[in-house]
Amino acid sequence: MTVIANIESAEQRISRLFLENTSLLNDGAGVVLRNHREQALSAFLRMGIPDRKVENYKYSDFTKLFAQENYNRAFLPTSFDFDMQEVFTCDVPEFDTHLLFNVNGWYFDQNKTDQFPKGTIIKSLKRAWKENQELVEKYYGTMADVTKDPLSALNSAFAQDGVFIYIPDHIVIEKPIQIINLLRSEEDLYVTQRNLIVIGKNAQVKLMFCDHTLAIHSYIANYLSEIHLGEDAVADVYGIQNQHNGTAYLNGTFIRQERNSHLITNTISLHGGITRNNLHVDLAGENANASLFGLSLTDKDQHSDTFTSIEHGQPGCHSNQIFKNVLDDNSSAAFTGRIHVMPGAKKTEANQRNNSVLLTKAAKMNTKPQLVIDNDDVKCSHGATIGQVNEEALFYLQTRGINEKEARLMLMFAFAHEVLTNIRVEPLRQSIDRLVNKRLRGEVSRCHDCKLECIR
Amino acid sequence: MLIIKDLHACVEGKEILRGINLTINAGEVHAIMGPNGSGKSTLANVLAGNTNYEVTKGEVSFNGKDLLGMSADVRAKEGLFLSFQYPVEIPGVSMLNFLKTAVNESRKYRQVKELTAGDFLKLMREKKEMVQIDSQLTNRSVNEGFSGGEKKKNEIFQMAMLEPKLAILDETDSGLDIDALRIVANGVNLLKKPENATIVVTHYQRLLDYIVPDFVHVLYKGQIVKSAGKELVLELEEKGYDWIKKELGE
Repeated sequence: MTVIANIESAEQRISRLFLENTSLLNDGAGVVLRNHREQALSAFLRMGIPDRKVENYKYSDFTKLFAQENYNRAFLPTSFDFDMQEVFTCDVPEFDTHLLFNVNGWYFDQNKTDQFPKGTIIKSLKRAWKENQELVEKYYGTMADVTKDPLSALNSAFAQDGVFIYIPDHIVIEKPIQIINLLRSEEDLYVTQRNLIVIGKNAQVKLMFCDHTLAIHSYIANYLSEIHLGEDAVADVYGIQNQHNGTAYLNGTFIRQERNSHLITNTISLHGGITRNNLHVDLAGENANASLFGLSLTDKDQHSDTFTSIEHGQPGCHSNQIFKNVLDDNSSAAFTGRIHVMPGAKKTEANQRNNSVLLTKAAKMNTKPQLVIDNDDVKCSHGATIGQVNEEALFYLQTRGINEKEARLMLMFAFAHEVLTNIRVEPLRQSIDRLVNKRLRGEVSRCHDCKLECIR
Repeated sequence: MLIIKDLHACVEGKEILRGINLTINAGEVHAIMGPNGSGKSTLANVLAGNTNYEVTKGEVSFNGKDLLGMSADVRAKEGLFLSFQYPVEIPGVSMLNFLKTAVNESRKYRQVKELTAGDFLKLMREKKEMVQIDSQLTNRSVNEGFSGGEKKKNEIFQMAMLEPKLAILDETDSGLDIDALRIVANGVNLLKKPENATIVVTHYQRLLDYIVPDFVHVLYKGQIVKSAGKELVLELEEKGYDWIKKELGE
C-alpha cells in the first residue's frame, strides 16, 4: 500500500478507493443518491484537493495533508465491544439531552430514539435512504453545492452514514439533541460523516454537535451537515470540537432558511490539529434571521480556518456574525467571511465582526471580509481587529493585586466570553465557560470523564 | 510609611519627575496639587508601578520595603491602592469575579485564609452600603458602561474592599458633579483610619473641602515647590497657580 501511495496522487488514490468500494458506498441508496455521488466525485476530481491557489482556501493548504495520508477508510461500521455510556459520560451537570452517538462516521445502532414526539424521525442516514427515500431525496444534497466546494464534493462522494433528523411541522423538541461524534480505532483512520436535518414549519430544535477523539491515532474527519429550517422554524446549532493534535477536522455545515426562520449557530473550536469549518447559510425566505458565533483557541502548531458564507437571497433578512480567535505559540488561524446580498434582497441587514488576540509573536492570523452587494437599500457592516491583550486593562487589574499571569487569563477569558454569552442553553453555556477557562490556562479541557488518555 | 527620595521618572524619554522628595506617615492626608502637566498623575502612576513610566533615579520605601523593586500587583498586596483618573472598562470581566480574585489574592499574600463565597458576598454588601454604590453595578462587567460618577464610586468601593494602607486618589474629583463628589469624599473619610494614609492628587480645591488634608504640596515642573498645611489650599484658590510661578521668579 505504501508503495502505491507514493506513486499515486491523492486524487488518484481517492478515485481508486471510490471504484474499489462503489458497491459498499451505494449499498441501500436509490438512483438519485447514486447519481449525486457520481456527480460529486467528478466535481471533486475536477477541483482537486484545495491548495492556497483556490480563493476560498487561501489560508489552508490541504494538499500536504492528503499527500501524506494513507489512512484506512471506515467503509464499514466499527464493531463495538464496549458500553458507550461507560466509555463516554458527558459531565455537564443538569444537562439533560437526547443523546445520539456516531462512531467513526457511523450512526451508533444502540442510540435511543423512543422519547421523541410522534412523527419525529431520528435514525441512521443510511437507513433513512431506504426507509424514507422520498423525504431524504427531497433535501439531500440541496444545501451543499458539490460543484462549488471540493471538500463538500469529497464528502458527498463517500458519504454513507450519519444522523438523519426530521422534525415535523409545529413540533418543539424541548431538550437539546446532543450528537456526539467519536473517533476511535486501532489505526490511523479517514472518516466521512454526513448528517441531514430537516426542521419543519414552525418547529423548534436545539442541536449540539460534540466532536471528540478517543484514541491516539491520526484522523481525517470529513464531516458535512445539511440543515433545513422551514418557515418560522427556530434552531440553535452548537458545535464543540475537542480533538487531539493528530486530527484534521474538515467540517461543513450548510443551512437553508425559509421565511421568518431563526437560526443561532455557535462554533467552538477548543482543540484540534488542523481545523476547517465551512459554514454556509442560505437565507432563502423573506425576513429570515441568522446569528453566527464562533470561538477558536489554538496553540502549539495548530491551525484553525473558519470560512463563513451568507447568501442574502430574499428581502428583509438579517445576519449577524461574531467570530473570535485566541492564538498562542506557533499556531495559525484564519477567518474569511463572505456576505452576498443578491439582487432584490432589499432591506437586508448584515453585520460581521472578527476579533483576534495574538499571545505570541510567532502566532499568525489572517482575516478577510468579503462583501458582495448587488442591491441598494441594505445595511452591511464588517470589522476585524487583530491585537494583543489590552495593556491598560492589564495594569488596572494588577493594581488591584492580581498578578500578571492571572490578569492576562482574566482578560483572555473576557475576550472569549462575548461569544459564549450567546449560547442559549444555560448549563451548556456554563460548562463551555469552564472548558474555555481551563483551555486558556493550558489545562487539558476534556469535557467528559473519558477513560482514555488520548489528548496529545 | 512612604518615603520618596529624589525621584526622577521619564515617559517616552521625556523627564516628567525631576527629583521628588516626600515623606508620608500613618494617619496623614496629603494633597498634591499643581497645574496641568506638572507631573501629578505621573507620580501616582510611578508609585502604583505603571511600567510605561521609567524611573531613572531615586528611591521609594514603603513600610520599610523597596517599593520600586516590586511589580504592580505586589505593591497592591503590600497595601498600596491607586484610584484611577480614568478607570478602565473591562468588558467580560465581572465585578464579582474581579473583586473576589483581588481580595483573595491579597489574602493569600498575607497568608490569611481566603474568603468563602458567602463571606465574600457579605463583605461586599457591607462595603457597598458604606460607599453608597448602586448594588446593580456589581452585577456588571468592570466599569463597562458605567457613568463617570459610577466609575469613581466604583474606585472607592474597590478601595473599601481592599482596605489599603496607602490610597492614592488620582484626580478622583474630575468629572464629578457635587453630589457624586460628596459621596466619594464621604467614602474616603469613612475608610480613614489612624494606621492608614491618603494622597489626594487634584487640580482644584473643591475635593479638599470634603477631604481635609493635613499637608498640601504644590507640584510644578516635576518638583515639589511648596509645602504647607491646609491653609495653602485657600491661598491657591485665591491667587491661582500663577502666584507660585511668580514666586519662583518666572
